[in-house]
Amino acid sequence: MPRPMTIGEKILARASGTKSVSPGDIVLAKLDLCLGNDITAPLAIQAFRDNGGKKVFDRKRVALVPDHFTPNKDIKSAEQAKILRDFAREQKLLYYWDQGECGVEHALLPEQGVVVPGDLVIGADSHTCTYGALGAFSTGVGSTDLGAAMLTGKAWFKVPPTIKLVFKGRLPKDVTGKDLILLAIGRLGVEGANYRALEITGPVIGKLSMEGRLTMANMAIEAGAKTGIVPPDAVTRAFEEGRAQRPPRYYESDPEAEYERVETFDVTGMEPVVAKPNLPSNVVPVSKARNVALDQAIIGSCTNGRIEDLREAAKLLKGRKVSPRCRTIVIPATPLVWKQAMKEGLFDIFIDAGCIVSPPTCGPCLGGHMGILAKGERAVATTNRNFTGRMGHVESEVYLASAGVAAASAIKGRLALPAEVRGADWAKGVRR
Amino acid sequence: MIITGKLYKFGDDVNTDEIIPARYLNTSDPKELAAHVMEDADAKFPSLVKPGDIIVAGKNFGCGSSREHAPLAIKAAGVACVVAESYARIFYRNAFNIGLTIMESAVAADAATGHVLEVDAATGKIVNVTLGKEYASKPIPPFMQELIAAGGLMEYVRKGGF
Repeated sequence: MPRPMTIGEKILARASGTKSVSPGDIVLAKLDLCLGNDITAPLAIQAFRDNGGKKVFDRKRVALVPDHFTPNKDIKSAEQAKILRDFAREQKLLYYWDQGECGVEHALLPEQGVVVPGDLVIGADSHTCTYGALGAFSTGVGSTDLGAAMLTGKAWFKVPPTIKLVFKGRLPKDVTGKDLILLAIGRLGVEGANYRALEITGPVIGKLSMEGRLTMANMAIEAGAKTGIVPPDAVTRAFEEGRAQRPPRYYESDPEAEYERVETFDVTGMEPVVAKPNLPSNVVPVSKARNVALDQAIIGSCTNGRIEDLREAAKLLKGRKVSPRCRTIVIPATPLVWKQAMKEGLFDIFIDAGCIVSPPTCGPCLGGHMGILAKGERAVATTNRNFTGRMGHVESEVYLASAGVAAASAIKGRLALPAEVRGADWAKGVRR
Repeated sequence: MIITGKLYKFGDDVNTDEIIPARYLNTSDPKELAAHVMEDADAKFPSLVKPGDIIVAGKNFGCGSSREHAPLAIKAAGVACVVAESYARIFYRNAFNIGLTIMESAVAADAATGHVLEVDAATGKIVNVTLGKEYASKPIPPFMQELIAAGGLMEYVRKGGF
């Protein structure tokens, strides 16, 4: 009998060809996929070539996504993107997206079924942990690790201990996956899960959509975690139906699996939250930050740029205007999300409300382009980091929130709860 | 190898956005990156730092983005060594992969910018020369030592480690 294992341990054992692994073991494992973007891949390609790389280990298992500074914001970023384009053509990579086909990597790959449940994935981007939502073990690395992976198809891992998060209770209206993961990061701290895996579980997660789960796994890194795995279930299977480009492997944790500790969150009565500058762990209920005036709102990113997020924002923005003080930018994360939002008439709602609709890009999330903050400006964003200067000037500030809170705040021009927007109408007897 | 240098002190949770802001990531040229190293943590640092200086910081150094540009910028600026109380996982791995010397030790609490630090990378012994105080470092994990001995990850791969 192998020792009882978690999902993550089972994936690492399978990929390293052993029956069982324990936390602390160093394993050399075969990767199902490796990926990079227009910031990280140029250095990886250089490392690949410097070490005699002629051909990638498998043209179907290397994905390149130029999403950060695209559409290219300047000559230098165009040069970086060109390195990816040329490499993708030379290597005949199956998974390379350009121009109108490209989207934000961690929204695009699960959507296109390129990453599937049970996969072992490394990506030269810290938010690679997003795919844990599918029941995959995926983690961020640097460019050299990606270069070695493109060469060999392998990477080394230290098997992490696992912290189990259990979300129970009744999920209140307007409380989303974003609020749940911020709540957890607030408790764990930005270093609380360093070198650890998170397993994100509980009855509340069972009822959460795949979009909500992707949002949660996406931000595991914000607690320092190596990955954040959601046990696959009926929601996962339904999501993969007709989508998975390789056969999924559905793992579950053994009942006797070992956890370093278990953190339980009762969400009954919980309010939507925001993370105040300059750490994702500075989490407070929105009602405790309502006097914060805003210059910009961003709805998008690998965290919250999916169709469910846009619908949530549109519900509040319908028939209303954003504050003239608060520039509001909506960034559908992929072409498919863009098209779906257009079909559903969400763009009419956004544009009538005074929002800008952007092409898919990481853009402002990392202070790249398409919505940079000036000195002293303040934004609410559905993105994942609010570090010093993250979205622009070193003296600008970012508050992290869900799409609903971002939309309500854009309307009010200050941090606001969705209920405040609806409540104002209710008081006036307007029904929407 | 003994490294002796003037230290610059930073706080906890210094993230990779502060080490090298993304607005400069439209290039991978180490020299260009070095010109902006630590800029959003201390705007004067890039003009003050001299080859051989040492960065001292608190907990969770290098958290956030996986950009290898962060340790590259530090190395290209001539910083001889980083000594932090702890590191975020990806930065730790990247630093070894690109050959930036990093030590894990709680030196920051007593240290001030301008103090002189003596770091024995082999034994892990660190001395704050200005204060005359000695510190131990957390040992480098055996597998990382193998990587270092091989000459880095890529050399390890080339020598058949993978």
